[in-house]
Amino acid sequence: MKYVNKGVPKLDAMALVTGRPVYTDDIAPDNCLVVKVLRSPHAFAKITDIDTDAAKGLPGVACVLTYKDVPEHRFTMAGQSFPEPSPYDRLILDRLVRYAGDPVAVVAARTAREADRALKAVKVSYEVLEPVLDPENALDHPSVIHPEDDYHVNFDIGNDAKRNLCSSGEFSFGDVDAAFARSDVVVDRTYRTKANNQAMMETFRTFSYMDHNGRLTLVSATQIPFHVRRIAARALGIPKQKIRVIKPRIGGGFGAKQTVVSELFPALVTLKTGKPAKMVFTRRESFTGSTSRHAMRIRVRLGADQAGNLQAIHVDTLSNTGAYGEHGPTTVGLSGHKSMPLYNKAKALKFTYNVVYTNTMSAGAFRGYGATQGCFAMESAMDELAGELGMDPLALRLKNLVAQGEIMPGYYGEKLNACTLDQCICRGKELVGWDDTYPFQKISDTRVRAVGAAITMQGSGIAGIDTASVEIRLQDDGFYTLMIGAADMGTGCDTILAQMAAEVLCCDMDRIIVSQVDTDHSPYDTGSYASSTTFVTGTSVVKAGKALIRKITREAAKKLGLPPEDLEFDGTSVFAGTKESGQRIAVTDLARELAVGKGACLSASATHSSPVSPPPFMAGFAEIELDLETGKVFVLNYVGVVDCGTPINPNLARVQTEGGIVQGIGMALFEDITYNASGKMMNASFMQYKIPSRLDIGNIQVAFESSYEPSGPFGAKSIGEVVINTPAPAIANAIANACGVRLRQLPMTAEDVFMGGCND
Amino acid sequence: MQVNKFKVSCTINGAGYEEEIAPDLLLIDFLRGLGFLSIKQGCDTTNCGLCTVWVDDRPVLSCAVPAARIHGKAVTTLEGVREKAEAFAGFMAEQGADQCGFCSPGLVMNILAMEKELDNPSPEEIRAYLAGNLCRCTGYASQMRAIEAYLAARPYCKPRGGDQ
Repeated sequence: MKYVNKGVPKLDAMALVTGRPVYTDDIAPDNCLVVKVLRSPHAFAKITDIDTDAAKGLPGVACVLTYKDVPEHRFTMAGQSFPEPSPYDRLILDRLVRYAGDPVAVVAARTAREADRALKAVKVSYEVLEPVLDPENALDHPSVIHPEDDYHVNFDIGNDAKRNLCSSGEFSFGDVDAAFARSDVVVDRTYRTKANNQAMMETFRTFSYMDHNGRLTLVSATQIPFHVRRIAARALGIPKQKIRVIKPRIGGGFGAKQTVVSELFPALVTLKTGKPAKMVFTRRESFTGSTSRHAMRIRVRLGADQAGNLQAIHVDTLSNTGAYGEHGPTTVGLSGHKSMPLYNKAKALKFTYNVVYTNTMSAGAFRGYGATQGCFAMESAMDELAGELGMDPLALRLKNLVAQGEIMPGYYGEKLNACTLDQCICRGKELVGWDDTYPFQKISDTRVRAVGAAITMQGSGIAGIDTASVEIRLQDDGFYTLMIGAADMGTGCDTILAQMAAEVLCCDMDRIIVSQVDTDHSPYDTGSYASSTTFVTGTSVVKAGKALIRKITREAAKKLGLPPEDLEFDGTSVFAGTKESGQRIAVTDLARELAVGKGACLSASATHSSPVSPPPFMAGFAEIELDLETGKVFVLNYVGVVDCGTPINPNLARVQTEGGIVQGIGMALFEDITYNASGKMMNASFMQYKIPSRLDIGNIQVAFESSYEPSGPFGAKSIGEVVINTPAPAIANAIANACGVRLRQLPMTAEDVFMGGCND
Repeated sequence: MQVNKFKVSCTINGAGYEEEIAPDLLLIDFLRGLGFLSIKQGCDTTNCGLCTVWVDDRPVLSCAVPAARIHGKAVTTLEGVREKAEAFAGFMAEQGADQCGFCSPGLVMNILAMEKELDNPSPEEIRAYLAGNLCRCTGYASQMRAIEAYLAARPYCKPRGGDQ
């Protein structure tokens, strides 16, 4: 193959590295009103009075908007397909504020200085209510976070808002009680993960204007242009056809931009004033006024016989969705359904969960989407079980591992058609030098080195829901425009999809132009999330490319006066017989003729939605050095071996893996959104919320053990999310191997190690 | 309310500028306001390195410098060193190290500054020099491969002992 499975440079590389003005704020018109938001200082309060007169009278101020000025249609900001599983529990501005950071008023002024002055002039009186801050006490707490009568769920999600219960559910397979009863060894442990901030380098930002047809245009850093259009229409109370959403280059997302965050404020201002408006979140606002990873408490029970054959798995998850239910009912599912199926040999499975509201910032989507939390719990528990059994933890895993060809009851009954996870484990074991180090090596009186491992799976798109349409047009000089609705957020999906198009159309990459996403022009795509783009949109690209070849061949057949089935397409021409001797017409000539009235201009569309979501797999191995005097842990070496099916672009797949591992190390060791006793976020800056710098990271080794997924484009599965899951449990297991301290709560700080894991 | 203004004169990428500014205007806002849009803001607390530019050939965080401080000085932004940036960009692209790209302008300015300041830096020296340039996409490894390949490809570069 010419382009697939090749490390093709990203199409936008030169523009991005040389600092071209291609991001939202770079292309916003100079005459935009500057939009800022006044946010609640209280975790839970009712606005009793709000006086905007003084603010409105200040120079330069265009408008000051409060809950009295917004439509009363509750909605969810979660970027999900309609009908969304997330409850409709929000207004753009509400009288009841449910977390410290909840929007109270929107101001717009000519300059940032004038907007700041107006913010200070808005006088708000609150009746402060008792906040619910601990998810463990949220259920049936006297404070009801969503008492409103117009609260709405689209379908049964096990919701009872009056009990602060956003969602609940249960799944079981086999006779769990009997399977535990016959187990020789049962481990029963509880693990806790924390809220994390996605911390993409570009904060949330949107500008808006009315176009020449009186339609609202939103230019936004988003992963979900089409969902933004639908959600904005509902929230603003205007028809969808009155809204256009454009996505320029975006500076990272990691799921944060799978939620509507900055869009509605400038949109509201533009609708009220008719003027262009822009909102750029500060970093602080990006921490305090967006969504985080769901903090979870996960109890894992594992039952096995003496030989290490798993009999039963029970996962019970309590997830904290914060003040609003964005992605709450769905993330929780992955904590069970993407951890249990790894051990498909288990005879019985059970998964129970509650998702509760608290008066903290809403949780949302973050790379891994619940699977990450579940992986920490399951993979820690597997090592604890191995300890109880006196078995090697890798041998225990291999003994119970899911294998190609099996039906996975814990994974929606899907059949596993492509899997090399066993090879990933064996390869990683070699690369990290497991046998030389396991469980630990003493370096000096105060330092030990140790290894720890974890395995994981994710999905490739949401089965039966994620939908991607693609259109490819033959242009008048024989080049192609690839129209997609998937949103490249820096991962390089524009490039990967162009590689696939060039492969199918047998042409050079530079003949494929990838069009920027614009809901007025791009074909519908649910968006770039749930590891869907390569697998779902990629399949559409292949289908559309093949359909276009058929059309080109039919047009060529007319020109040549031959039946289409006698013709072949080789990318540069359509020909009969052999290319040298037979009749032929060049694609460029055909395209030119079609553009001057001698036939139909050609384009082909295709839509794909997959009934299955084939899981990619990864085995992660941490080699740490631990200082016994301080408890400090440094990850010297991290080995990630990935089965993502065919890597369409091995360079970009490698960088995805390296980036995911480092984000995972951040989650394991540093990152923790914390609140004070009154519910105010305490670390809303990079000064306080530590993401890994290049000094915090040792060597990272990535390898691929490629399977071939029959339902994926060129055998591909996904890569984007699976790569973040293993570091937390692999490092926890390495710490336990190093010094016997089992940490069951993230992040694992030096203090936790030193104090001997007294957190649970 | 009357805002005091005063004049600042400086050069930006070799061209002379004389501007009236508010005394509390930050260099980043001053430069973006003049259309030097390569400069990005990633934080409010001088932690991320995205806004790095040069003042009199030394890298500074433009979010931490009042524009008034550059009176009489020479500012260089990525727009002013485009040729060098393009040479380096090729190495980034080769590794797939340009992900979302938002941290690139600050990183490139700091790498080009490092190149002038350090002869044949070791990987440890590179990491230390660039410690203030955060990136959330790449995990830094691909950037390091690109930087080392770029430095090694310079015509006047002596081969470094000990490194592969």
